[in-house]
Amino acid sequence: MEQVMSTINLSAIYPEIILTCFSLLILLMQSFSTPRFKEYYGYVSLVGVLAALAFVVMEPSSFFAQTVVYSFNDMWVVDNYARFFKLIFLLGTGLTILISMKYLEDEAMQYGEYFALILFATIGMMIMASAGELITLFLGLELMSLSLYVLAGYTRVRMVSNEAALKYFILGSFATGFLLYGIALIYGSTGTTSIRAVAASVGKYGLYSPGLVMGMAMLVVAFGFKAALVPFHMWTPDVYEGAPAPITAFMSAGPKAAAFAAFARVFMEGLPALQMEWTWLIWIMAALTMTIGNVIALVQDNIKRMLAYSSIAHAGYVLVAFLAAGELGISSVLYYLLTYTFMNIGAFAIITALSGRGEPRVFVRDYQGLGFQHPFAAVAMSLFLFSLAGIPPTGGFMGKFYIFSAAVKEGYIGLAVIGVVNSVVSVYYYLRVTVAMYMEEPSSVREAEAAAPIFSPALVIAIFISAYGVLSLGLFPSSYVAIVKQSFLALQ
Amino acid sequence: MQLLMFYLLGLGAVVAALIMVTNKRPVRAAMSLIATMSFLAGLYVLLDAHLIAALQLIVYAGAIMVLFLFVIMLLNIEEKEGRLAGSALLWQMIAIAVVGLVFVLMVSVVKLSDNVVPLGEAAALFGTTRAVGKMLFTEYLLPFEIASVLLLAAIVGAVILAKRRIDDSDQ
Amino acid sequence: MVSLNSYLILGAMLFSIGAVGVFTQRNALIIYMCIELMLNAVNLTLVAFSRFLNNLDGHVFVFMIMTVAAAEAAVGLSIIISLFRNKPTVNVDDINLSKG
Repeated sequence: MEQVMSTINLSAIYPEIILTCFSLLILLMQSFSTPRFKEYYGYVSLVGVLAALAFVVMEPSSFFAQTVVYSFNDMWVVDNYARFFKLIFLLGTGLTILISMKYLEDEAMQYGEYFALILFATIGMMIMASAGELITLFLGLELMSLSLYVLAGYTRVRMVSNEAALKYFILGSFATGFLLYGIALIYGSTGTTSIRAVAASVGKYGLYSPGLVMGMAMLVVAFGFKAALVPFHMWTPDVYEGAPAPITAFMSAGPKAAAFAAFARVFMEGLPALQMEWTWLIWIMAALTMTIGNVIALVQDNIKRMLAYSSIAHAGYVLVAFLAAGELGISSVLYYLLTYTFMNIGAFAIITALSGRGEPRVFVRDYQGLGFQHPFAAVAMSLFLFSLAGIPPTGGFMGKFYIFSAAVKEGYIGLAVIGVVNSVVSVYYYLRVTVAMYMEEPSSVREAEAAAPIFSPALVIAIFISAYGVLSLGLFPSSYVAIVKQSFLALQ
Repeated sequence: MQLLMFYLLGLGAVVAALIMVTNKRPVRAAMSLIATMSFLAGLYVLLDAHLIAALQLIVYAGAIMVLFLFVIMLLNIEEKEGRLAGSALLWQMIAIAVVGLVFVLMVSVVKLSDNVVPLGEAAALFGTTRAVGKMLFTEYLLPFEIASVLLLAAIVGAVILAKRRIDDSDQ
Repeated sequence: MVSLNSYLILGAMLFSIGAVGVFTQRNALIIYMCIELMLNAVNLTLVAFSRFLNNLDGHVFVFMIMTVAAAEAAVGLSIIISLFRNKPTVNVDDINLSKG
């Protein structure tokens, strides 16, 4: 019997192994240690994230060496593109853990499983970024999604949280059906599930099979759902509103970036031959996503819901850069997703602090007068909102600048115009919160029931990190651009 | 003979599936789904997928559907007559129309595609536990390991959501 | 001899029946069963492709899909149970699932 040994380079999956070990460690601590250690679970998972971060940069070779490592029979790719995404995911996870600790205590939720599930979701995202093969990609996506379904319903006593989980779960598994059918059609047309082999097969035969195009369309549906692109965004507002605030922060950053990471790898590395087919499809989706997200956000009073629609709009901007493809396009996708992680999690950190037990205070009117009562929180919130709106000198401005210049350079001028108009429209609803904070008196009702916002040290650290990220991405973009450019090169 | 089997099993699967989607009672729907799955298992045997056929019966029709039935019994849901508002009905019609369109597309894709290769004899080990198992532990080692993490995450998630009291583990 | 097309059309039919069920059913449990039906249709498609391409990758994929389906069922049903504790209904109209 012949032995088929797979080529295994274990160092390529060290970060994922480390995160798995830490989530197991937390689960074991939960079972075997005394309850008084439970405050430390968050710190333990933070250590895990930092260790994984170090290994992402160092292993299997240094980030700046720009090597591409294939392992496990080409099922696993470690290139700078994947690494950059992993940095974004780990950053989002780290910030989420920081803003979660106090929240869990206040809401009297289970500690251990929460952090374990966040780490599991992160492992899933990292698998999506590194998957060189569609079955692996599917498993990563499911690992991420299953953990998120549970996390969305984590505050079990709250009805909205249950509903969010159910809605997310049903629509999510519906989208999974499409993903699988798409992969099945691609497999049937090319005889392989490896992304590189798909590209080779499509290129070699000049294959133009209707099955392949249909499979591609199904993948657009599935990834569109995961990244919340119009018209597959229906779940977003309810799920973002119902999920616990730190989880909403988490969902809006990492998983969305992971969907884009996988989307770009499959379409640009696997199906570049079909570019003619998917370009117009994505053009329409980008225009719709930006416009509908922003227009509906204008009328939202619930700030979590508003940021849900705003996150849809931001996915639209990213899609513009995605369409521009090329070096500039992909590097602006990376730049924007990094900025978005900082500014969105930053904004949600403030929301988490202000929402109060059971999250009653998540409306714009609850922010009235915040500028006088809690100047620090108000300044930070304004910074994040300015960045989301794309006002200089923040990272959000630079990100949008790169995206639209990439779009113009590649000839998508119409889309760039739609994007700029949308950014202007979006200023209105972001500024509405700022105006409420600085120019309106707190209503007497709020005064009476107002519990002081809870700023735990960990949360303040998270806000500072986010604020630093937003400002440095806006003021000193060149060093980030250098890193982003290196990450793009690897995809070619 | 094979053709006859295909049509019998295929017809059975479609009929059972139709019974499921038009049914309002969860138990009946679950039983029809089990029937569909069993018919599909027969089709897998026709396709020389012996391991998959066995797994279809053991895992799908057995384990997963029993879990469904268990939950249906546990919740003891009473049926409720569907009363749909006008707009919801409209949406439903649109959705069905879209699905119908997609179906036509899917079938036309099949008709158009010419990658239909003549079916030769299957290799001696095709679809056996030995062949699939060997692939799982060599070529597909990484997905296999990821699946184990996924199952762990699902167990943790299911326990945390379905547990009766929230803070009983800390006592 | 049964052609590949017959299997693919059968798969497409089952997939569409499942998708229609997702939209027409009001019971969360049955909706989830419809999604399981869609996954089964995909499995049939994969096994058929696998046989006609004479390549076992499809079988491995089906194996993984079954694993994930089992995991998903566990999570999904526990979500339904935890919702049921708060509000004894599985009707998606009562839990505003269909609202955009």
